[in-house]
Amino acid sequence: MKERMNIVVVGHVDHGKSTLIGRLLVDTNSLPQGKLEQVKRNCEINSKPFEYAFLLDALADEQAQGITIDTARIFFNTAKREYIIIDAPGHIEFLKNMISGAARAEAAVLLIDAEEGIADNSKRHAYMLSLLGIKQVVVAVNKMDLVDYSEETFLKIRKDYIYYLDEIGIQPAAFVPVSARNGINITNDSDKMPWYSGKTIIELIDDFKKEKDEEQNNFRMFVQGVYKFTAGSDDRRIIAGTIASGTIAAGDEIIFLPSRKISKVKSIENFNKPKRSTATAGEAIGITLETQIYVTPSELICKINEKQPHTSDRFRVNIFWMGKKTLTPGKNYKLKIGTNKTNCVIETIEHILDASVLENLTGRNEIHRHEVAQCIIHTEAPVSFDLNNELASTSRFVIVDEFDISGGGFITSNANVKRRNNNAYHPFELELNNLIRKHFPHWEVKSLEEIKFENINN
Amino acid sequence: MVVGKSRNKRMRTSYKTITERPMDYLDKLEAQSVYILREAYREFKNLAMLWSIGKDSTVMLWLAKKAFFGHVPFPLVHIDTSYKIPAMIEYRNRLAREWKLNLIVGQNKQALKDKLTFPDGQVDRITCCKNLKSEALKHTLSGEWARYKLDNNSGEFFEHEDRTSYTGVIVGVRADEEGSRSKERYFSPRDKNNDWDIGDQPPELWNQFKTDFAPGTHIRIHPLLDWTELNIWEYLERENIPIIPIYFDNGSGTRYRSLGCYPCTKPVESSAKNVKEIIEELRSGKFANIAERSGREQDKDGGGTLEALRRDGYM
Repeated sequence: MKERMNIVVVGHVDHGKSTLIGRLLVDTNSLPQGKLEQVKRNCEINSKPFEYAFLLDALADEQAQGITIDTARIFFNTAKREYIIIDAPGHIEFLKNMISGAARAEAAVLLIDAEEGIADNSKRHAYMLSLLGIKQVVVAVNKMDLVDYSEETFLKIRKDYIYYLDEIGIQPAAFVPVSARNGINITNDSDKMPWYSGKTIIELIDDFKKEKDEEQNNFRMFVQGVYKFTAGSDDRRIIAGTIASGTIAAGDEIIFLPSRKISKVKSIENFNKPKRSTATAGEAIGITLETQIYVTPSELICKINEKQPHTSDRFRVNIFWMGKKTLTPGKNYKLKIGTNKTNCVIETIEHILDASVLENLTGRNEIHRHEVAQCIIHTEAPVSFDLNNELASTSRFVIVDEFDISGGGFITSNANVKRRNNNAYHPFELELNNLIRKHFPHWEVKSLEEIKFENINN
Repeated sequence: MVVGKSRNKRMRTSYKTITERPMDYLDKLEAQSVYILREAYREFKNLAMLWSIGKDSTVMLWLAKKAFFGHVPFPLVHIDTSYKIPAMIEYRNRLAREWKLNLIVGQNKQALKDKLTFPDGQVDRITCCKNLKSEALKHTLSGEWARYKLDNNSGEFFEHEDRTSYTGVIVGVRADEEGSRSKERYFSPRDKNNDWDIGDQPPELWNQFKTDFAPGTHIRIHPLLDWTELNIWEYLERENIPIIPIYFDNGSGTRYRSLGCYPCTKPVESSAKNVKEIIEELRSGKFANIAERSGREQDKDGGGTLEALRRDGYM
């Protein structure tokens, strides 16, 4: 069986994404029989010159306007892999669709029009890719035929763009001069650009590495459901979820957060699979417990003997906003992280970023559509999470405004930690600390009073 | 104590031999679909799955059993045009009784009575689809029209008293089937008229889907979106899932590749007699580059027709 990879093609409107993909499909023989002829015939009937982009723009809406409205999934094969290409719309209006497409991808092809050069959207899209955590990127400088295959033009774009990408932490695998319309450096090279000796787009796509599941990291699984289906006298009480990272085995001691309930895994449950006693990142499983405790779908399961996530009702986030209405501090929203949902407000906007110039916008206390911001979120109930630099998948969340997912982001720090360090400990904490020190001296627990004293002296 | 310990040890060893194999792409597709189904079950009180009897919805049914550990905790809705290939209806009822499924059937009785169908010669193919499928589906989902439930003991249908509108509807469409389906979301909103606004779809990121919806609207859920026709057959083979036999050549040199109503669905010429031979045919054989729905006549009546039907609630 061949492995499969999702890749996204992004770029400003009219920079030639659909043409590039159409070309890839034709050149790798991935089109159904008769499709190319059918599209060519339609063009003849409508007296339009044939374009490779028409292969993808299957929808009436799109053909009328000549722009990709939504993200289409296109399937194609190379000798190495089976790919789903996500053709993401480049028009600014459709940024949320581009983000939906890119969020499903493991790698990206960024497309730039050689004649037009780097557009604001070329930067904005790259910035979104970096926010979404996509690190593998190839840059295709398209329409080289329109600039007489000029090496100078190519190098100028490369120099400017690489500088921008570096600032946002993307190291592209390669820059490739291409002409999608003429099929140059897509799957075949050509003598038009003797100065370019690098790989073609298809070779570079095949060079992308498969992302590894987070098997080595700490165990994390959000509870998605607690099932007790009694039909056929089934008496199992199964806690179902998909493992975000790490591994779990029967016998492991686990903790449910934020409730802090503790139990032990009795069995791993599956349907129509060999019985086994362990499971790993990426698998959708069920577990039964040694003790019957009440847990709700939304809690995060961790292992007791591993590093614990953060649990807090205030945290600092990077967020990108896609909502029609502005994101406003103090207004009620819903936050979804994993399977957990809670009401939240934006407590403070720390800064807003214009991604196309990487400049901070100040003096505004609301976030507009397509802007990126750093803010503090305050949730109604505490939530459990990891930080983006520790474990990306359990740091990611979305914000729901009324009925619509309107923003996405990740948590960069726990905003309650600082408050804890600066202020006195809660009286209960001090009392508990004293009790432990009194009754269990062999635990060698430090005195919080002393720690507080040290902090003040320092 | 000692006994318990040694058993634990043995289990660990046996795991090594089973799961050291990393997840392959069928495992990943399965896990993703299971996640989507569980998310649907968690978020929608009135959830139903559309069951068309074909290979895709049979895989989807199997994935539900995977997600819910052998159970299918929601009704399966079938829209019976009365022109389905008879073997499909027979198979549907048999499997429903065997697996103890909650089968609900809906139908446009009025259109059939008034003979507003293509086989009756009164309307064209597309209008027939609209009458017998889209309309019947719309009103069965909303509960405006009668729902018929199969009694798994007697094998008889009776009119079901539950007319609650389904707010979450699981549908087995795949992105590789045709253009408009490639644009779908996993969770895709439909308005009061079942309309689909392709230009303004909700964002989906990191397994977060649109699960909040305004009153009067509903959400279509698509667990099979990333599966290809080949993946479906590979999975049927791997899991050994029972499948309706008209997909296979029984000696006539033809078989169905895609199922529908008999006046509009032609068998294809093929001698594939089992799942293995179909996989071979799709991978490198005669169908490697031929569209799956090539035997479906309604797709050919002008460009964009299927999209127009889909906007209007067609699956």
